[in-house]
Amino acid sequence: MANIVVLVKRVPDTNARIVIADNKVDLSAVKWVISPYDEFAIETALQHREANGGSVTALTLGPAAADKVLKDAKAIGVDEIVRVWDDSWADLDSNATQSILSQSIIGLGADLVFCGKSAADTGAGSTGPGVAQRLGWASVSNVTDVTFEGGLTVTAPAENGAAIIEISGPAVISCDKGSIKVRKPNVKGIMMAKRASVNVISADAPASMVTIVSQSSPPAKAAGKKYEGPSAAQEVARLLRDEANVI
Amino acid sequence: MSESIIIAEINKGAIAPVTAELISAAIALGTTPIVVVPCTDAAIADGAGFEGVSRVIAVKGACFENYDASSWAGSIAAGAPSGIIIAAATPQSKDLIARIAAIRGISVVQDVVAIHGNNLTSPIYSGKAMQTVAISGDAAISVRANIFSPAASAVAEVSVVDQSGDIATAVKEIIARASARLDVSEANIIISGGRGMGSPDNFVHLEAIADVLGAAVGASRAAVDTWDSIPHSMQVGQTGKTVNPNLYIAVGISGAIQHLAGMRSSKYIVAINKDADAPIFAHADYGIVATWEETLPILQSALSAMMA
Repeated sequence: MANIVVLVKRVPDTNARIVIADNKVDLSAVKWVISPYDEFAIETALQHREANGGSVTALTLGPAAADKVLKDAKAIGVDEIVRVWDDSWADLDSNATQSILSQSIIGLGADLVFCGKSAADTGAGSTGPGVAQRLGWASVSNVTDVTFEGGLTVTAPAENGAAIIEISGPAVISCDKGSIKVRKPNVKGIMMAKRASVNVISADAPASMVTIVSQSSPPAKAAGKKYEGPSAAQEVARLLRDEANVI
Repeated sequence: MSESIIIAEINKGAIAPVTAELISAAIALGTTPIVVVPCTDAAIADGAGFEGVSRVIAVKGACFENYDASSWAGSIAAGAPSGIIIAAATPQSKDLIARIAAIRGISVVQDVVAIHGNNLTSPIYSGKAMQTVAISGDAAISVRANIFSPAASAVAEVSVVDQSGDIATAVKEIIARASARLDVSEANIIISGGRGMGSPDNFVHLEAIADVLGAAVGASRAAVDTWDSIPHSMQVGQTGKTVNPNLYIAVGISGAIQHLAGMRSSKYIVAINKDADAPIFAHADYGIVATWEETLPILQSALSAMMA
């Protein structure tokens, strides 16, 4: 029986266009979703509960607008939904984020945490291992497969292949897409999610040591050379050697 | 001048070439680099000397046999002096520095592609935007490959610290990759196919060129979602792997925003597509408007002749 926490984050839809205004990303028009890798974390946590019992709590750090992704997680099948927030928080750095999340995980009495391998906004992937360290727990990142027979066993990339790793004791597992198939919410789940209430908690946040200076569009690429017809492959091969020096 | 700690990238038991680029990143930050080499045999640290490096510390321990984030981070944090921590933006090193940063109570900035003073720039939203942050004091940063020029090799003084942490996760088995070909996350040249390849069987034509170039073979999300025999491990894009090789060849890939997010920072991009209006051409250094069936044989023989 494990008390599982799944970390979920509200991010712009991965198909959204990212607009820059006044040196800052303008997200006022984007559609928001659960970060895609977090869906694999939710699925893995639910499978763990089905195999071993226990409970699954979805935890997010964010303002009230993030309740939507918690309700989405509830519709898929998590037991409890919790949001940690303080209106004074803005542009938290990784140290502050991990500190807040680890305090929350301790407060919830969890002994196992699943999260996505990285969030679709920052793409950093620091949260899982950083939270594990603060909790003094083991961690395995970028997990592509999980089995529950005879304890928790995960598959993660290793040099020249993959490692099959046994987890005993408390751990943070960050999930990649791999072979994990995500379930869809059913009507009953959606109805339950509508009625569910979000447990809002708070925590202490250390001052951020990293501050955002600016956000911008990626540098425009100079126009390339474009050829018609397959015979241009000969010339392109020559340019790759003589002009680009990459082969 | 303050010191920075470079965590050497190890590949197949030797110092990986990207380590030399990290030295240049440390110097761009205005720091004097110290190289820390996690190892089971301190002899590999002899290859960790570069111009500008003050010293090399081999952190030697049995825990470094297989990757275990907890013991690696604990041993390196104990064996390395304080300072800004710099590592390569590989999946393993990004994971490692996140734990080291947490031990030291400092913040992490991943996937850095530019450094100006204390300002660090990284892609966000999978490269659809760039973000510049300022660090105050120490931080742990990972730097993308193929951005900074490599520092020249030099002889450096190596000291050895015995420091092995308790292993937190037991590796039961290592499954070697079936194919000898590189993974897209490791390769300097990648040739990828999209749904325009028509069938997963046609990826053999990409593999033939990959063999000539020593390249990895990748795929678009459309290809991975359409064909079961193309595994997710090959997927380049926002929900796959983010790559920035020296050369990326996109074949039969239209250039969906999803795919561009994972490969647009490649140094050189070649696009082969029969649709002249495919968005991929806006990002290509060299574009060929033609079918892959006609183009790939010509490309393969031209490259074979050059590489011979």
